[in-house]
Amino acid sequence: MTMSSQNESDGPVSEGVAISVRNLRVSYSDREVLHGVTFDVNAGETMVILGGSGSGKSTLLRTLMGLEKPSGGEIWIRGKNLCCISAHDMAELRKKLGVSFQSGALFGSMTVGENVALPLREHTRLDDSTIEVMVRLKLEEVGLSGYEDYIPAQLSGGMKKRAAVARALAMDPEVLFFDEPSAGLDPIIAAGIDDLILKLKKAFRMTIVVVTHELASAFLIADRMILVDKGNIIALGTVEELKSSQQPRVRQFLDRVPEPDVAEDEGFLDRLTERLRL
Amino acid sequence: MARKKRRSAAFSRSLLAPQPEIRLVSVTETVGQATIDGLAYLGDLTILTGRSLHAVVIAPFQGQRMRVERAIHQAMAVGVGAIPILSLISFFIGTILALQSAYELRRFGAMEFVANAVAVSMTRELGPLMTAIVVIGRSGSAFAAEIGTMKVNEEIDALQTMALDPVHFLVAPKFVAMALMLPCLTTWADFMGVLGGSAFGVAGAGFTFSSYIRTTLSALVFRDIITGLIKSVMFGMVITAVGCQEGLSTGLGAEQVGRSTTSAVVKSIFLVVLVDLVFTMLFYLTAPHS
Amino acid sequence: MNITTRPSGLATIVDVDGDITLYNSPDLRKTLMELLKVQKVPRVIVNLTNVKYIDSAGVACLVEALKVSRESKLGLALFGLSRVAREVLELTRLIKVFEVYGTEEEAVRGVQPVSSGAAA
Repeated sequence: MTMSSQNESDGPVSEGVAISVRNLRVSYSDREVLHGVTFDVNAGETMVILGGSGSGKSTLLRTLMGLEKPSGGEIWIRGKNLCCISAHDMAELRKKLGVSFQSGALFGSMTVGENVALPLREHTRLDDSTIEVMVRLKLEEVGLSGYEDYIPAQLSGGMKKRAAVARALAMDPEVLFFDEPSAGLDPIIAAGIDDLILKLKKAFRMTIVVVTHELASAFLIADRMILVDKGNIIALGTVEELKSSQQPRVRQFLDRVPEPDVAEDEGFLDRLTERLRL
Repeated sequence: MARKKRRSAAFSRSLLAPQPEIRLVSVTETVGQATIDGLAYLGDLTILTGRSLHAVVIAPFQGQRMRVERAIHQAMAVGVGAIPILSLISFFIGTILALQSAYELRRFGAMEFVANAVAVSMTRELGPLMTAIVVIGRSGSAFAAEIGTMKVNEEIDALQTMALDPVHFLVAPKFVAMALMLPCLTTWADFMGVLGGSAFGVAGAGFTFSSYIRTTLSALVFRDIITGLIKSVMFGMVITAVGCQEGLSTGLGAEQVGRSTTSAVVKSIFLVVLVDLVFTMLFYLTAPHS
Repeated sequence: MNITTRPSGLATIVDVDGDITLYNSPDLRKTLMELLKVQKVPRVIVNLTNVKYIDSAGVACLVEALKVSRESKLGLALFGLSRVAREVLELTRLIKVFEVYGTEEEAVRGVQPVSSGAAA
């Protein structure tokens, strides 16, 4: 319903904020992986979260989707604070979020069509034939028409990702999360996925959050970007702002400079001999 | 994760500890930690069972969908698929029981009691137990493998982000299927066991087939059968809870699925025997003295 | 969402007021199927002027109704699409499949060729 009111403004995309993250901290057991992260995602924009492996960007996404509990700070999605939301409200909120996982996460025991139909069958009272038409529409949108009776194992990597996007779109979500959309795909197929994201953004004015480490893809699809490094945001801004940043760490990431070989002698020795009894 | 780390820390400390006093402390610590882990595990199983029961019994009244077709699908997989192997095993067990009891009874010239011995031990004990073992091997392990694989492939996460509770969606239908199918399978196993006993009865103990069946029916009381069926329902719950819990706690990586499956089988067998002991004691204590 | 129907010559106009979503589109489907399958109205015109937003469930219902109308040689037309609704149909290339008119007048006038076909 709120989606409609959002779309009612036929002018430029409304100034509303879809996701608001305040001083977010996340820890696994005793190791903190996000040290107080703060940013907003505006409704209708594509926000790319960029970072190297182990930077904490995937954890950030999992926390936004409510799969990890923060150890501190707040996440607001569509005006609801994730920490203090009731189970029922959380379920209602999740029906408005679509997620495309890195591996696709299609249900292996179901056909592609059944995968896309699942949220519709479970959450709505639509007729089976309506659901069937919707499934075909979604598969058409992602360029997989005719594949509804295939099982995921019969699909290639790129097709699995597309099928996962179709499933994420099933409920016409307001916010779409992508985890590493182009990881493990060849460049042509990866470009196809980027295209698909651009198309979704243009057609549905969805709020899209993408986590990736692919620079080219990020520059192509992003309205704004966040660069995450060692659990902190080191840069936030539009593509141009990031590209012109003079911050050394940002430059290092954007110019693909490898980690310098600085082995501080003492620390290095300690690491090599840690927990040994000599 | 935290627990595991603590345990390994305790373990390495016990290896490194030079003085016997500290060693003693670390032994008690290890035992204590193991006890706490065991209790925590039982707690996890209870929570999982409780949430599943909630999904089956209460949630439908709150407007949530009952997943009948998923439960039926599971019941077919658990039940129908197990019949051939279960029939064979319980037939042999029946024959073995007859042979073993004949070995003793022959000395007292009481071979006519072979049928009674087979009937009572089959329905009260071995029928439910053998059924449980077969189902653990076929279905308990399969539950752990299925859910474990889904965990590794992010499918459990996907269910959650689609606002589908994995317990409601995956675990509860399995509980329903097992609670229905284990008594059915057990009844079948009892029957096949009696048939197996009759094979020896007819061949080696001077029964005719009809006299063997008649003796069996007169030896059994209602209580024997009910006792066995109550046990089998409990076994079904234990097997489902352990299989699903192991699947849900699968770590990262495909090899973890194998670990979950093995551990589901071992833990289920142990807990089924434990539950068997508790219920047999209860039934013994509450039995009418004659 | 409110649905009302009114006759206009040979055609029946279905006025939809409010958003068409996953949760209320079955009502629209029921109305359209009733008109097309039971009453066999020669031409059904759906007025979407007061529909700001239509999601894919709504589109799917219209597709089903279109299929039924084609099979029984009846007409189905749309008019008054909002920008969002038009874009949703364009994305799925359905805009070319449906008979789409700008105003009620045009939609009703569009009756001529189709109704003669239906009468035949």
